[in-house]
Amino acid sequence: MQISTRRFDKTAILDISGDIDLAHSTEVRRLVLSEFREKKTPRVILNLNDVNYIDSSGVASLVEGLKASRDVGSRLILFGLSPIAHEVLQISRLLKMFEIYDTEDLALQA
Amino acid sequence: MNRTGLLLRLELPSDPEILCVVRSAVMRLTEEMGFSTEECRGLTRAVDEALANIIRHAYHGRPDQPIEVLCRRLQNRTGSEQRAGLEIVLVDHGAAPDRKKLCGRSLDDVRPGGLGIHFIEDAVDVMQYTSHARENRLRLVKYLPNAKRETKVVKGD
Repeated sequence: MQISTRRFDKTAILDISGDIDLAHSTEVRRLVLSEFREKKTPRVILNLNDVNYIDSSGVASLVEGLKASRDVGSRLILFGLSPIAHEVLQISRLLKMFEIYDTEDLALQA
Repeated sequence: MNRTGLLLRLELPSDPEILCVVRSAVMRLTEEMGFSTEECRGLTRAVDEALANIIRHAYHGRPDQPIEVLCRRLQNRTGSEQRAGLEIVLVDHGAAPDRKKLCGRSLDDVRPGGLGIHFIEDAVDVMQYTSHARENRLRLVKYLPNAKRETKVVKGD
């Protein structure tokens, strides 16, 4: 899995590629929490276009990120969910908990 | 239950880095057996979550412990009905899981963690857990869409 970060003004976009599974979810969690708790980034957008798979530990990382964003009054936004990622959030009944958009443009306009 | 041919047998270490390989194998196997795309993804997720539980809870994160995955085609004739499906058995020799944690938590409680068992239950028709003489076995069964389903069972012996 690889993660790179782009920054625009008060927004950080994390481009994630690969699988967010047991082997790699801790890295996603660490980076997302760092954006909110240390960098105080007002808006963090996760680009999941190139994420093939998310397991329960990956979902847990996203939920922790969401809670951290709410704790500091920031926003966590997702876009580009694959059918697998969408399905996992649906089964977890978490789809409505997250701000989710189809494209980066829509996420940035939100 | 008449157990017919062994389809796949994997011996792997309890290393999270190997999970992607198992996912690929299970996805391909379930596709070949004729499950729907959604069912293939569900079964792949179930096996992945079960292996993750073994790594985290039975082996406490040690990456060098043995896990065995056995996949068999099920073919059972009951009267005039025929049931076909896939049986997946995962075997480990780690700590036995807490029986109380073998049921998924309420999804109304939005918090990190505890989703793995829910994903497994969601994907399979039968989930059975047995532990004997330091050997833990998790048996998962999924029947093919045109096969008669038995009531979903979640139990441990």
